[in-house]
Formats: sequence, structure tokens, C-alpha cells
Amino acid sequence: MNVRRRRGGVVRPGATGVCRGGGIYLALLVLSIMVVVLPLGASSLEEQVRQVTAELRCPVCQGLSVADSPSRMANQMRDLIRERLQAGESPEAVKAYFVERYGEWILLAPKREGFNLLVWVLPFLGLGGGAVVLVVVLRRWRKRAEAVPASVDVDPAYLDRVRREMAQDQS
Amino acid sequence: MKKVLIPLSVLPILFLLAYGFWTDPSFVPSPLIEKPAPPFALTLFDGGDLSLDGLRGKVVVVNFWASWCFPACYDEAPVLEGAWRAYKDRDVVVVGVNVQDTEKAAREFMDRFQFTFPNGPDPQGKISIDYGVYGIPETFVLDKEGRIAFKHVGAVTANVLTTQIEGLLRRAPQVEESTGGHEREA
Amino acid sequence: MTAQLGNIALWIALVIAVYGAAAAVIGHRRQGSALLESAYGAVLVHCALVTVALLSLEYALITSDFSIRYVAFNSSRNYPVWYKIAGLWGALEGSLLLWAWMQATLAAQVIIMYRRKHRDFLPYVSAVLMGISAFFLLVLLIPANPFEQHFPVPADGQGLNPLLEDTSMLVHPLLLYSGYVGFTVPYAFAMAALITGSLREEWLYITRRWAITAWMFLTAGIVYGGWWSYHVLGWGGYWAWDPVENASFMPWLVATAYIHSVMTQEKRGMLKIWNLTLISLTFALVIFGTFLTRSGILNSVHAFTQGAVGYFFLAFLAVILLSTVTLLTLRADQLKTEGTVDSFLSRESAFLFNNLLLVIFCFTVFLGTIFPLLAEAVRGVKVSVGAPYFNYVAGPIALGLLFLMGVGPVIPWRGGSWGSLRRNLLGPGIAGLVAGLLAFTLGIRESWIVTTYALAVFVSAVVVQEYYRGIRARRKSAGEGPIRALGQLFVRNRRRYGGLVVHLGVALLAVGIASSSAFQIEQEGMLKKGEMLEAGMYRVRFDRLTSSEGPTHVKVQGVFTVFNERHEVGEMRPGLRFYQRSQDPIAEVDYWIGFKEDLYLILGSFDRQGDWAVIKLMVNPMVSWIWIGGAIMVLGTVIAMLPTRFLSAASAREKP
Repeated sequence: MNVRRRRGGVVRPGATGVCRGGGIYLALLVLSIMVVVLPLGASSLEEQVRQVTAELRCPVCQGLSVADSPSRMANQMRDLIRERLQAGESPEAVKAYFVERYGEWILLAPKREGFNLLVWVLPFLGLGGGAVVLVVVLRRWRKRAEAVPASVDVDPAYLDRVRREMAQDQS
Repeated sequence: MKKVLIPLSVLPILFLLAYGFWTDPSFVPSPLIEKPAPPFALTLFDGGDLSLDGLRGKVVVVNFWASWCFPACYDEAPVLEGAWRAYKDRDVVVVGVNVQDTEKAAREFMDRFQFTFPNGPDPQGKISIDYGVYGIPETFVLDKEGRIAFKHVGAVTANVLTTQIEGLLRRAPQVEESTGGHEREA
Repeated sequence: MTAQLGNIALWIALVIAVYGAAAAVIGHRRQGSALLESAYGAVLVHCALVTVALLSLEYALITSDFSIRYVAFNSSRNYPVWYKIAGLWGALEGSLLLWAWMQATLAAQVIIMYRRKHRDFLPYVSAVLMGISAFFLLVLLIPANPFEQHFPVPADGQGLNPLLEDTSMLVHPLLLYSGYVGFTVPYAFAMAALITGSLREEWLYITRRWAITAWMFLTAGIVYGGWWSYHVLGWGGYWAWDPVENASFMPWLVATAYIHSVMTQEKRGMLKIWNLTLISLTFALVIFGTFLTRSGILNSVHAFTQGAVGYFFLAFLAVILLSTVTLLTLRADQLKTEGTVDSFLSRESAFLFNNLLLVIFCFTVFLGTIFPLLAEAVRGVKVSVGAPYFNYVAGPIALGLLFLMGVGPVIPWRGGSWGSLRRNLLGPGIAGLVAGLLAFTLGIRESWIVTTYALAVFVSAVVVQEYYRGIRARRKSAGEGPIRALGQLFVRNRRRYGGLVVHLGVALLAVGIASSSAFQIEQEGMLKKGEMLEAGMYRVRFDRLTSSEGPTHVKVQGVFTVFNERHEVGEMRPGLRFYQRSQDPIAEVDYWIGFKEDLYLILGSFDRQGDWAVIKLMVNPMVSWIWIGGAIMVLGTVIAMLPTRFLSAASAREKP
């Protein structure tokens, strides 16, 4: 699921212990997703190099980052990035330099602006929307359960047959 | 009646995927077209120095190559040398930048194709990164004002190179625009 | 000769598959049992013919028949025989033939197993399966013919893509394809259920084991793929969010949702449309993934060469999507079920949220994978979507799933009380919190890592607690010994207890991923002879270079002595393989695998005189937990699927 090194935007999920109230653990979850810790502030040079190289695409590779790629080009890019950071450029400026030369394509995560926002926002919208739908559905189901006493709405003869078949299947 | 519309909802995704057939994922347009070419200085293999600034007023062909890039670099080497010989008296300079290579292999390559145009190494890759090079070979054609007019990825052909050089020599930017800023071999 | 035999077999198989599909439907409609029997016979004959084609290609590969283009490009005289065999799935055409063959054998198996049962379903099941087969055969005959001949016949073949020259090549693709193909059976049954309108739970019961088996193979294939990437690609990672990796991960996510969600339908008769949708989506994603990897519309390390195959797969995908969605829409009214739950705190709602997270996870992967295409279509600009994006968006979803994995198994169906939930989660909750605090006091400050550890311990504690309670209850009530009680747990409720083992595997996997992502140490350097490079508590010394010649390549190895803080611990020999057909050398990593950490050494470049070498040294913590976790997931699935008979026999043997 995960690859490596996520020093940039780090997510802090909320408390995980005991829950209180229906749907609240969901709320906690959503909250935890929304709470985003800012990138670690003043970090060491190597850490900055790592952070920048992890977000840039190695141009001669296929989808690997400059940090991960063992290729010579990536090596040279790492050196250049280290040099520029050492000279006092900000990580943002270094990335901007690469974008100016290679285009947006060089960024492994699209900039969060304009049309690109779609790719950042849609998953969370889906999650939020889906959660609302589920809560509504569950509410309806609970109301129904109150109205109709517990009963199995499957015809018993059929259930019987299925059980027989399952037994056959397993023997 | 509305039911008919539900299955149709998959069409946009299918169209998007079909659109993929018209694009080439390995081709990345350069943002440098029509921008001033990044300056660089080369220490040439034959000893001299070359600075891009010194070539202002000339049409410059900058080619990034490596001896290990087979067959593309081997295909285009005679083309570059030919262009140099044909145009060197007409204010055109061909410059070779040798990247990610060893000096020995690069010299062998130059001997093999009897290069006479200026060539120098880019030992730290800074020039190639400055030009946004992502695949070897790449060829840039700069106009007399030092702007990048054209970029070609892959082995460049005599036809393409001549058209570009002639266009810039005639100082007819319309031609250069109509041929498009980019090209890539099929 | 071989080529002609293969081609003829494929052509006849295609005709017979089409006949089989038509005869099954017509035979069923007209109640013509003879026609129906002939349709089932057609399935078997078709399977035999595809087998002939497969064996023809294998024969050509093993005997190095380079008059066949495919063999010439994917094999070599010098290969050991297993590489020759593996050449079958080394490139596009052969891999599709393997796929078609697996598809054919599964279809035959279905017919043999169910011929006398499920008379309403089987004609349509067989028609759908034959339709899918016919598609693959058509692809094999037109745009991707493995038997195409060429002239002149070369003296030797080109060999496989160098990256594929690895023993994993013998395992990984087979696992993955078994997973992919396996989902066609549940899909075919789901389609049959929709077509016949026999929408009870029957199709679910029949296909449950098929779906779980396919899921197991897919899981194993994905984890094994990570291992392959880790030890072959030489970048120190195991998952790059590459489009091809994503292509295998998407159906896995939806299939995982399905496997959980079907339980709701089995126990409560709810979520019928949803389950049909999930299994159809799984199959559609399998085909979508195949389209992605074989159309060349996205860049990928693993991509096959492109060609007209892409058009065929897109058309097939369109047929599947349109027909499935239409059928679902038409049957929607019949399928509507209103569920009931007593409380929000019910297994049903846990499964619903599990499904939501898994489906959104899949959607995220899908969106990220095709977004470059969308951006280019809309904005005309090339963008990349890679690891930083996926980690950022999918990370929280994965943590949410981990949380539900702990909570879900202890909530009862229909609904439980807060009191019982507290009782059930108090122990594991405390364990998780203690683990989180421990990680924090040990100096780990990245909150997502601390959370992952806490949740993994929480999930594991729930698993242990459930086992402990189950065994204790059986010992009390039936007076069994602990081992027998454990066996009885499996016998009585193998799905639950097998599933819990799978959860344990996922927890280990999560710990491995988090640790290796966060605490990897890497050092690069150019070493002269005798110089050392240090990473973490290890140092390596460059001693010398050696070279050797393999069947298709020349290998240069660096010899390095490894020291830990105190003394010498051994020697490592990372290498570079130089192939004639590719310019870039392929790195051959040397690695030591440990429970706590792996030592991983890559040779970057070297001096021909052997005076210096550029290396990358990595210490990758707990990567092995990922492989162990994957193995445990497979083990858990096996437990969940084992026939009860087998388990009771085993537990009887344990009788004290």
C-alpha cells in the first residue's frame, strides 16, 4: 500500500480507543483524515533533499521518483538538488526550477490548484458523501427494525434447500 | 425511460480510455519552447571552451548524445555532422553535449563518426537538466536571438534538421511556428 | 508444423466456443437437452483444443523453434529449460494464451462439477464463460497471434526482457493470472443469476469458494510481485504505485469488499444489488487492468508492447460494462431489499463502512491512475500522479480500514450494546494505546506511524482475544483440550477464524510497510578499494570486482565485506548484468533478509580497472514482515476454505 518515506504532508488520525455513539467512530475517522500536520518545519539538509527528490519524477525512469531511482540521471539530479538547497534555495524554489524545465509532468503529485484539485478532492468527497448515504440508510433500517419485529424474510423451504446444498458442497 | 440512461453513464470513462490511443505517454512537451535558451559553457573534448553566449546571432543546434545510446545516437550522428559541414559557413553552429558517458567511449564515438563540430561533456548533468532532457538523444534548435525554437526527441533526421535551420536562417518565424515547436519520431 | 497445429487448434476452439455459447442458450430456451449436452461437450472440447495450442507453443519454446516469431523474441538456446517454459508468459501473446488456457480449464471444471446441479443457471454460466473465452481466442488469432511465423529464421532467439530473467518469473505471473481468471466464474454465475432472474442467494453459495480462491491467488500474486520488485528492480522498494501494480490492486480492493459484503447477504438477505455490482466491478477491473497493461496508453515499467490488442480490450470492456449495468438496471426492482438493523453498532454497518472505505480506496487508485489521461484531455497538459499522491490520499483510508478490522469482528449481527462493545474492545484498545505510547516514548514522532503501530496491535489483540475466548468457551462447554478446541473452532466456524488469521496477516503487513517506509536508512558513495561506507549500524568495505559470463549476459560483481558495530559479519556481492540487447545494465542486488531489518546493497557503477565502485547501501527495517504478513493472509484464506471434513479429521487426530 505504501511505499516509502512520507515526510511531506503527514496525516494524524485521531484517537482510536473507545467510541461513543452511533456513527461517531465514522466522524472520528473523517476528522482524522482532515487533520493534516504541516510538513515538518526546519529540517536537516538531507531530509530536505529527501523530501524534494521524493516528489520529483525521475525523467528517464517510468514513474519512479528521483529519490528511488538508481539511474545515473537521478543521481545527478540528487546532487544538483542538494547543491541548490545548500546554496540556500527553498525546497519550493527547487521544485519550481524543475517544473520550469520539464513542465508539471516532473511533479509526482499534481499541484493542488485548478483542475488538479479534482484528483485531490474527489476521494474525500466520495468518502464524505458515501458516509452520509450510509448513515441515512442505516437510520432507515433501524426504523424498519422497530416497526417490523425481527424476522427472516427468506422463504424457509428455500433456506432448507440451500443448507442441504451447502452440506453437499462441503462433504 | 430514465433507466436507459444509467448504462450510458459508463460511456465517459470509455471515451476517456479511447482518448488514450491518441496520446503518446512517453512524449512530454517541453515548456522551454519560445523561451530563451539556458546558457551553458562547455569544455570541449579537443581542448577549447565554448560558451553559448558567444554564439548569439547564429542559429545553434544543441544535441544531447551518449555513446551507449544505440541505435538512435548512431543513426543521427552522420546527420549532425552533415548539417555542420553544410551550414557552418552560414552562421549555423552544431554543438554536441555528451551526457552520462565516459570520456573514452565518447572519444571513440566521435572518431567513428569523424565529428568535426564542437563537442563537450556534461559531467554533472547540469546542462541536460537545464534543458529538461528526459531521453537521449534530444536535439534543440536555437534561433539567432538565442531562443529555443524547436525540440526533437529521438534520432533527428536530415529533413527535419534542414527544414528547421533553413526556416530560422530565413528569419521567418511563421514557418517555424507552423512546423510546430515539437517533433518526435513516430 | 507446430505453428500450424497451434493456429488450427485456436481457430477450431474459437468456433466451438461460439457454438457452445449459442447452443447453451438455445438449448435451455427450447428445453432441448441434447443441444444442451452438446453445449457442455463443446466446453470440454474447447478446453482440450486450447490445451493443444498451449502445448504447441511450449513445445516450440522448449525446442527453440525460432521460425515462430514469439519464440525468437522471448527465448534463447542457452536458456535453462525453466526459462524456456516461462517464456510462455514472458510477453503479450504468450501470456494471453496462458490466460485463455486458464479460462478454458476453469470453464471445463465448472461444467464437470455442476453439470448435474443448478440446471437453471448452468446454461447461462457456460454461455458467459464461452463468450469470454471466445474473446480471448479472437485476440489470440488476430492482433496477438503467438504462432506468427517469420523469415529468415534467426540462429538464436533474443531472450526474455532481462528484468524477467529471474526465478520469480516462474511464480508471480501464474499466481496473478490465477487470481484474475478465477473471478470470471463468480462473474459468470452473477450474470446467470441476473439473466435468469433467479436472484436468490444460490449463486452466492455456489461461487463463494471460487471467489475466495481467486482472492487468495490475487493476494499472493500481489505480495509476490512486491517481493519481485524488491529483490529484482534494485531500488529498495516493493511498491511504486505504477499503473500495472495499480491494475492488480484495484480488483483486489473491490474483491475484498465483496468477500465481506456477501456475508451480509448470506446472513441477512440484504445488499443483493450491491453484491452483484461488486463482483461485476471486480471482473470489469480485471479486464480494465489488462487493457491498461496491454494497450500502451499509460507508461509503466511492466507494460507489454502496444498494438491493436488495446482496441480489442477496450471494446470488450465496453461490452462488459454496458451489458452488466443494463442487466443490473433492469433487475434492480426485483433485487430491492430493505434491510433491518437494531442498532448502528451492528456487523452490518461495520461491513457497510468497510465497503465504503474499500470502494473509495479503489476509486482513489483508479482516479490517480487515469488522471494523467484526464488532465491531458481537459487541459492539454501532461501531469504525473505517483507515490506521493497515493500515499497521501490512500494512507488515511488504509488506517481507517485497519481500525474497522479490529472493531468489526466483535460487533454482533443486527446490533450490540455499547456495554458489550466496551467489554470486547477494552483489552485490545488498551493494548493498542500502550503500543502507540511505547512507540512515542521510543522517539517516533510521525503520527501516522504511531497510529499504524497502535492499530496493528489493536487488530492483533482482537484476533488473539477472539481465539482465546473461543477456545475457552469450548473447553468449558465441551471439555476439550486446547488443541482440539482450536481444531473445533476451525471446524465450526472456519470462515470466521480463518478470516481472523487473514486480519492478523494484514496487521503484520501494515507494520512492515510503515516501518520500512519511515525508517529506511540509505547511503550512497564512491568507494576506492579498501574504503568503507556506513549506514545505520553496518559498514561495508569494497574489496574487489569479479566478472562472470551467464547464458545471455556478462555479470560484473563487486565483493564487499560487511561489518556490524563490532566485527565482520560476512560478504556481499551485488552485481550488474550487461546484456547485448539492452544498453543499460540491470542491477543484481545483494540482500540479507532479517526479521528486524534487511541489509540491501546495490552496485551502481564501477571502474573497469576495479579501482572504485559506486554503491548504494540500505538498511530496510521490517520489510520481511510484509512477506510474512502476506503468507499469513494466504494461510488464513486456506483455513477459511478447507473442507470441514478435512478439518474434523485433523482435529480428531489431535484427540488426547
